[in-house]
Amino acid sequence: MSTTMGEQQSQQSGSFGGVSARSDAAINAPRIAIRNLDFYYGDNRALKAVDLDLPDRQVTGMIGPSGCGKSTLLRVLNRMYDLYPGQRATGEAMMDGENIIDPSVDLNSLRARIGMVFQKPTPFPMTIYDNIAFGVKLHERLSKAAMDERVEWSLTRAALWEEAKDRLQTSAMGLSGGQQQRLCIARTIAVRPEVILFDEPTSALDPISTLKIEELIDELKHDFTIAIVTHNMQQAARCADQVAFFYLGEMVEVAPAGQMFTAPKERRTQEYITGRFG
Amino acid sequence: MSEAPEHLVKSFDQELNRLRNMITQMGGIVESQVALAADAIMQRDSASAMRAVEEDPKVDALEREVETFVIRLLALRQPVAGDLRQIVAALKITGDLERIGDYAANVAKRSVVLNQFSLPYSLAGLAHMARMVQGQLKSIIDALGESDADKAVEVWRSDQVVDDIYNAIFRELITYMMEDPRNITPCTHLLFIAKNLERIGDHATNIAENLYYAVKGESLPETRPKGDMSAYAVIRPRE
Repeated sequence: MSTTMGEQQSQQSGSFGGVSARSDAAINAPRIAIRNLDFYYGDNRALKAVDLDLPDRQVTGMIGPSGCGKSTLLRVLNRMYDLYPGQRATGEAMMDGENIIDPSVDLNSLRARIGMVFQKPTPFPMTIYDNIAFGVKLHERLSKAAMDERVEWSLTRAALWEEAKDRLQTSAMGLSGGQQQRLCIARTIAVRPEVILFDEPTSALDPISTLKIEELIDELKHDFTIAIVTHNMQQAARCADQVAFFYLGEMVEVAPAGQMFTAPKERRTQEYITGRFG
Repeated sequence: MSEAPEHLVKSFDQELNRLRNMITQMGGIVESQVALAADAIMQRDSASAMRAVEEDPKVDALEREVETFVIRLLALRQPVAGDLRQIVAALKITGDLERIGDYAANVAKRSVVLNQFSLPYSLAGLAHMARMVQGQLKSIIDALGESDADKAVEVWRSDQVVDDIYNAIFRELITYMMEDPRNITPCTHLLFIAKNLERIGDHATNIAENLYYAVKGESLPETRPKGDMSAYAVIRPRE
């Protein structure tokens, strides 16, 4: 006679740990590699030895309290600070073998390669068509047909074509806030940049327009490397492949989004994202 | 986490505390259920058995309360990081505690049947196992109250011993049954009692794993020492 236990029960796994980390997308090779980057507003050191990679064709979310340096970093990446005396950057931000903070870099071509979308929609007071054509004309000479095509391509990629195609020659100021922001995105991608920087792109928009922009960012990352500064942590969680936390000018922690919002390594990150301050 | 500074939104802290208290309360009831069930067998005390069974609806009600509360917290607070881990762990732990309560009630019910038989052999092995499992349960419930990951690891490791005792009891009971068919009824109940105790140990281990993850943000290794070999036991009568 042999006996075996009849009521053998499957062992339940008691752990849910590590699931999020496993389902995070792999982080791509860097499109921009930032190393030991310092930035000064006069004597005020606003960025302190920042190291950060912006992975190719992925979204990097930057979070942190006001004044932590995240917007400053975006301004450094397309050399906005050149407009202001007394502001300077040291260190490296390498893109295609070139340090983009080097004074010898041509700013026009840099800004064509690295586009920026701001907090408030900033359409020019001209037609929808001209809003897009304006930037393209600075960099390229296109025939009327090619320009028409570029405008349609940009508006389509910015998910605005269906809403705008019958009113291209009307003023952009007549668009809603969410549409204006998508127009600004269309204008940015019209010059076919490699990198797009978003500085709080939805903070002036209603929730549905916000979700449309987020959906758009998700589409755009197939072709562009994206960095987005946001005060909305849920937005970073929804949009970003990797998230970097900044505090007092330091890049405290960078991690894949799932890891960041389930098990951040640094205490300061944990306290900030859970709404505590140490 | 208990050592974390206060939340900027105080009402969220209060809700997290309430969740912790609900789990602790549930743990306390389940612990007493297991103690009553153990008494019911060892002291052959059917009154204790009834009390263990009567506690069960309270545990079930608390489980539902925790579940509802957790869903509400997830929807309204959108917790992340340590808060998220604590809340999801509470949801899983409440399920383990509810199962432990069920096993304790089942042990208690069987003890009532068992008390109608005279037992010609010692229950020392079972008593030892019951004490071990009660110890595990007490440690893990204490660890829950203190968010103590180290204590969770101790409980997680200790389950191997319970499994070993269970295997020994399994073999012993089969032997009694083979010796005399009149032992089959009480021994079958004792087998299920031992199995239920062993399962309580497993659920205590699950709680340990979830607590560890909630506190540390990383998992214990996937291969826990598992010692229930009864599924492979072959015991043959002497020719």
